Amino acid sequence: MLELAFFYMFAGLAVVSALGVVLTSNTIHSVMFLIFCFFNAAGLFFLLDAEFIGIILILIYVGAVMVLFMFVVMMLEVNFAKLREGMLQYLPLGGMIALALFIEIIAATGSGVFSPEGIPDPGHAAQSVNNTVEIGKLLYTRYLLGFEIAAIILLVALVGSIVLTLRTRKDVKYQNISRQVNVRPEDRMHKVKM
Amino acid sequence: MVPLSYYLAVAACLFALGIIGLFLNRKNVIVILMCIELILLAVNVNLAAFSHFLQDLGGQIFIFFVLTVAASEVAVGLAILVAFYRNRRSINVEDINTLQG
Repeated sequence: MLELAFFYMFAGLAVVSALGVVLTSNTIHSVMFLIFCFFNAAGLFFLLDAEFIGIILILIYVGAVMVLFMFVVMMLEVNFAKLREGMLQYLPLGGMIALALFIEIIAATGSGVFSPEGIPDPGHAAQSVNNTVEIGKLLYTRYLLGFEIAAIILLVALVGSIVLTLRTRKDVKYQNISRQVNVRPEDRMHKVKM
Repeated sequence: MVPLSYYLAVAACLFALGIIGLFLNRKNVIVILMCIELILLAVNVNLAAFSHFLQDLGGQIFIFFVLTVAASEVAVGLAILVAFYRNRRSINVEDINTLQG
């Protein structure tokens, strides 16, 4: 009973804050609503015995990715209100497509395949089961290749974003280290006959 | 005990809201990226729910991979956005048409 109450709280707040992400006029508020949405989704993951993923969602998403969003929003000097002009123009088309998708998914969900009779609730894992240990065992054996590909993807993203944002400014004086090291005394000093 | 279909319904709501957001905010790249995050979050909720109800940890491993790809996508997307803003002083999607020729 308590679990159902917590489910309704997390699910309701997640959906309401997702609505906030889509509809608020201020991009900063959008980012804040998305942070709140991720917190509530982490709550849902805790209810599903996925403690490691819930913590990862809070640490990586709220702690790193959303801060990156916030950083970019504050760094760019953009008139966000102007970007919202003609926003409702696409509401009929977008609303129709989203509604159709939603009805389809709900119809599939309620079709009885996923009912408690079809897939019974296995109950929560025992207190002694450590979710992180179990994930680690699987990740370093069966999914090792995928894990290493994920590492390479992160490395490529790291290098790619540095290359994209790196620039050499013309109005700043730089040191040319190799020229400094390779300089010879003859280049710098001239003996003048008096 | 919460049935599986409740989790799937929440994920469907988040997914539909993400799609609506893509259509409504189609000029603002930052909000578009956030809506993609919402859609991926809906996928993650589905994966976690099935992982729990089928007692298979593979679903949680896949959430891990989805999170990795989403994080790198955001990093590269925002880097492109910053590079574009430096050149054009705008982040309007309609201004990103220089490759049209």
